Amino acid sequence: MNNLIIKQYYGDYGEIETGAASTTSAETGWPLWEVFIRSKQGLDHKHAGSLHAADAQMAIENARDVYTRRMEGVSIWVVESKHITASNPDEAGELYEPAIDKVYRHPTFYDLPDEVGHM
Amino acid sequence: MQIQDFEKIFQGKIDTEIKIEPKDWMPDAYRKTNVRQISQHAHSEVVGMLPEGNWISRAPSLKRKAILLAKVQDEAGHGLYLYSAAETLGVSRDEMIEQLLTGKAKYSSIFNYPTLTWADMGAVGWLVDGAAILNQVMLCRTSYGPYARAMVRICKEESFHQRQGFEILLVLSKGTPEQKAMCQDAINRWWWPSLMMFGPKDTESTNSDQSMKWKIKRKTNDELRQQFVDMVVGQIKVLGMTLPDADLKWNEERNHYDFGEIDWNEFWAVVKGNGPCNKERLDARNKAHAEGAWVREAAMAYAEKKSKKLERKVA
Ligand SMILES: [Fe+2]
Ligand SMILES: [Fe+2]
Repeated sequence: MNNLIIKQYYGDYGEIETGAASTTSAETGWPLWEVFIRSKQGLDHKHAGSLHAADAQMAIENARDVYTRRMEGVSIWVVESKHITASNPDEAGELYEPAIDKVYRHPTFYDLPDEVGHM
Repeated sequence: MQIQDFEKIFQGKIDTEIKIEPKDWMPDAYRKTNVRQISQHAHSEVVGMLPEGNWISRAPSLKRKAILLAKVQDEAGHGLYLYSAAETLGVSRDEMIEQLLTGKAKYSSIFNYPTLTWADMGAVGWLVDGAAILNQVMLCRTSYGPYARAMVRICKEESFHQRQGFEILLVLSKGTPEQKAMCQDAINRWWWPSLMMFGPKDTESTNSDQSMKWKIKRKTNDELRQQFVDMVVGQIKVLGMTLPDADLKWNEERNHYDFGEIDWNEFWAVVKGNGPCNKERLDARNKAHAEGAWVREAAMAYAEKKSKKLERKVA
């Protein structure tokens, strides 16, 4: 499979030696944080990206520097990535399927005479 | 389910333009290709700060200094977005940084050329960022979700880079004879390396187009390069300057500009580490990393001390 992808595209400068690199994460140990930004008063905070920082204060400051340099935000949330639990895409079937056969939850399910007007 | 079934579902998503997200099943080679490409892209943004950083202290005015500073800061941000995108694939930040610092990982060869005059700031913004933008606009639609989202963010910031570069050259092109000559000289030196940014010719490779099939890429090197040439030929007329290529001419049949042959020996020499600044760039990154070590450690020590204090208070 690997020999299929040797073709050098723009931005892909060929194989690098992976695996050999010993991770040096012990060196700094700055944890990873997820950044959520409210772009405008009245809107939800939305996931903007992630960054490394020593603590929450620094995460907020770094987030301001990288994600809001052009007034993209009025409020920032940060949370350490390890505290986020994500649903498993393999279980998406069981998780979301029960909703499919409940069409009566949608307004379009109900056939009302035109005289009723907009409802 | 068999592995073939997983692969079928995966390719089905790609074919119907459904993005692949970090927790989705993906072939190992897809993961590996993305890790390599995204991390190399991140390294390029980071090393790309060096040739321009070279002129921050010598920018001709406070306005130009502020602009250049803002541009270089953007590139640092681009590096961060991309490292974060690569991290979602399971590679650690420190591992990527180590690959860059030890020379195991590659980055765009364009940054191994020196920036000799102020006009180079113009040529780099216009041509180098201009070439990068064409690749990045395409990558906004790449199949891996986090990479595509990083690209959308980056593209929003890039157009300022190209415009400020062109404006630098525009001002020089209306200046004294010396300034005009400086402008033309910078274009002459950056033109061919910019064309090389798009990589080897499509015919160079006999390998299968796996990256296309996976929609990591949507255009070939030659397609992007042609797009770049056609774009620049139009713009250089505004500057009243010329491109250093005698073979450049409009081809009625192809509806594109023809252009001369790239010096592929130079291309491969720089890729293999023998460009004018390969060593200087790596040395600069290593120096910065080493000299910043105490800051990283101190910040961590401070954070730990603070959290211990907090624990004691709670207890
Ligand atoms: Fe950039
Ligand atoms: Fe840029």
